[in-house]
Amino acid sequence: MLKVENLHIKLGDFHLSDINFSVEKGEYFMLLGESGSGKSVLLESIAGLFKQNKGEIFLNGQNINKTNIQKRKIGLVFQDFALFPHYSVEENIAFPLKIRKYKSAIIKDIVDQLACEMNILPLLKRKPETLSGGEKQRVALARTLTLKPDILLLDEPLSSIDVSLKGELRSLLRRLNQKGQTIIHVTHDYEEAISLASKIAIIQDGKIVQTGTPKEVFTHPKNKFVAHFGGIKNFYEAKLEADPGKETTKACINEYISFQILTKHHEKKGHVLIGQKNILLSLVPQHISTINQYKGTIKEIIPARMGVDLIVETGVDFYVSVTSDSVKTFNYAEGQEVWVAFNPSAVKFIPD
Amino acid sequence: MHKNKGISLLFTFLGGIVLLFILAPLAGLLIHSSPSELAETMRDKEVGNSIALTLWASMLATIVFAFFAIPLSYILARNEFKGKQLVLGIIDLPIVIPHSAAGIALLTVISQQGVIGKAGNIFGMEFAGHTSGIVLAMAFVSLPFLINAARDGFSAVPERLEKAALNLGASPIKVFFMISLPLAWRSVLSGLIMMFARGMSEFGAVVIVAYHPMITPVMIYERFGAFGLKYARPVALIFIAVCLVFFILLRFLSKPKNDA
Repeated sequence: MLKVENLHIKLGDFHLSDINFSVEKGEYFMLLGESGSGKSVLLESIAGLFKQNKGEIFLNGQNINKTNIQKRKIGLVFQDFALFPHYSVEENIAFPLKIRKYKSAIIKDIVDQLACEMNILPLLKRKPETLSGGEKQRVALARTLTLKPDILLLDEPLSSIDVSLKGELRSLLRRLNQKGQTIIHVTHDYEEAISLASKIAIIQDGKIVQTGTPKEVFTHPKNKFVAHFGGIKNFYEAKLEADPGKETTKACINEYISFQILTKHHEKKGHVLIGQKNILLSLVPQHISTINQYKGTIKEIIPARMGVDLIVETGVDFYVSVTSDSVKTFNYAEGQEVWVAFNPSAVKFIPD
Repeated sequence: MHKNKGISLLFTFLGGIVLLFILAPLAGLLIHSSPSELAETMRDKEVGNSIALTLWASMLATIVFAFFAIPLSYILARNEFKGKQLVLGIIDLPIVIPHSAAGIALLTVISQQGVIGKAGNIFGMEFAGHTSGIVLAMAFVSLPFLINAARDGFSAVPERLEKAALNLGASPIKVFFMISLPLAWRSVLSGLIMMFARGMSEFGAVVIVAYHPMITPVMIYERFGAFGLKYARPVALIFIAVCLVFFILLRFLSKPKNDA
């Protein structure tokens, strides 16, 4: 449906280069990247509001590089909603229809239907300044959907919404997509991507570094950046060395440290990842069967959404999740010597 | 913030002197004019016609030049281009040059031998010594006020709103009339009133381009020169009152919304 080929955009200090991706009809495509990575400009470029320096954009097989913004059939919902402050909610939603000179009875029907769908019927006479973030988002969506766009572009649609309303809006977006609306959504929020996307692309330093389903991307991250985005912090470059006679394989991380892992691969380069909940922390070495056990120092203690994250330096940094109670019970403190341990089966190897 | 009472008192005193300096001549004008003099001047047809001419010429200058100045303001607010600073400098030029010099400069192009004068001749129009010349002189000195105010107004309209309108299918001209102009209207209107007010109080440029027909500032000068202060004072007072009406209107319109 939408195909972006070799897109290059230069804007001031930052640039997007060699952007390639395609979105199929009915897909929920998520572009995930850090703030300021050029995601918004990319959307504006697809919508025709920003001219790319190089590259082609195809919609339904047609090159739309030179197609007028008004004729692209691509709807964009801006991050701050861009509602017209001098119009009421009703006038905002009716705007695209009014400029196309629809009859007022038809405009009213369409506005009422969309307002009903978006659950904003009681707000129609109000001015945008009196609405909450969630309400504004629904109005902006309704306004964009009046044109029945082939593709709906959403720029960080949940970033300025109260946490309590995010779930509700996610359901709304999911429902829209299930009805067949193709959506391209840009965000910096990994959870948003996991909960909505059927396909994601990760932007790093102005380039798409990985594309696939959320499961593919976050279970097989191609680099540290992607892994970090997916909340995987124990992600290391590794070189496998066959250990004859052993069931496990040696994964060399650096000259100081190596892990024993269970993998079908031998003598390959790649990355290893360990879930931080799979790492055990103790004050003394554990008398357990695990063969991966290392002495280290607590470098940092970071309160997390659930419990506490500890960074333990052993030759590489391990991120370990523990409960707040454990921190109190064992008096964990920065600079303290501790032991980390994990099973070979807890380590996943991703070949290059 | 720490407040120093002594400094505060001193500054209030110094500021008070400035305010007095502005108000004293106006108050003096009011005190020295007798009601009978004022009533007589108000009945004077010549004065009435002159005030009407001044208001009319300034309004015409504002309306005619707004068609050119408002689009220019929009371009200046939205675009970065080579030589923009030069253009901005040119726009402010009428503010910094002496208005009598501006009148002379204008006269060289609108006189029978000047470029505009010759072009006007083709359509049977004359400028020097005519209302049309007064309109041009008023526009020349007052245009920067409209352009600068409108430019600030357009700059304050978030560009995203215009982009959103384009994305929703509006043509650039519709975006301008349905989004940019309505959102910048307060500044544009302030600019229009400022241009109008500045135009009608102009003396220097107008007196050189057209002594007759006589606009009120020229009439005040003429009456003072020919008959003295006593005859110039009531005309000045009445004209100041007219100007004050527009000044109050301007302050009222440009006042920011409290609930914004």
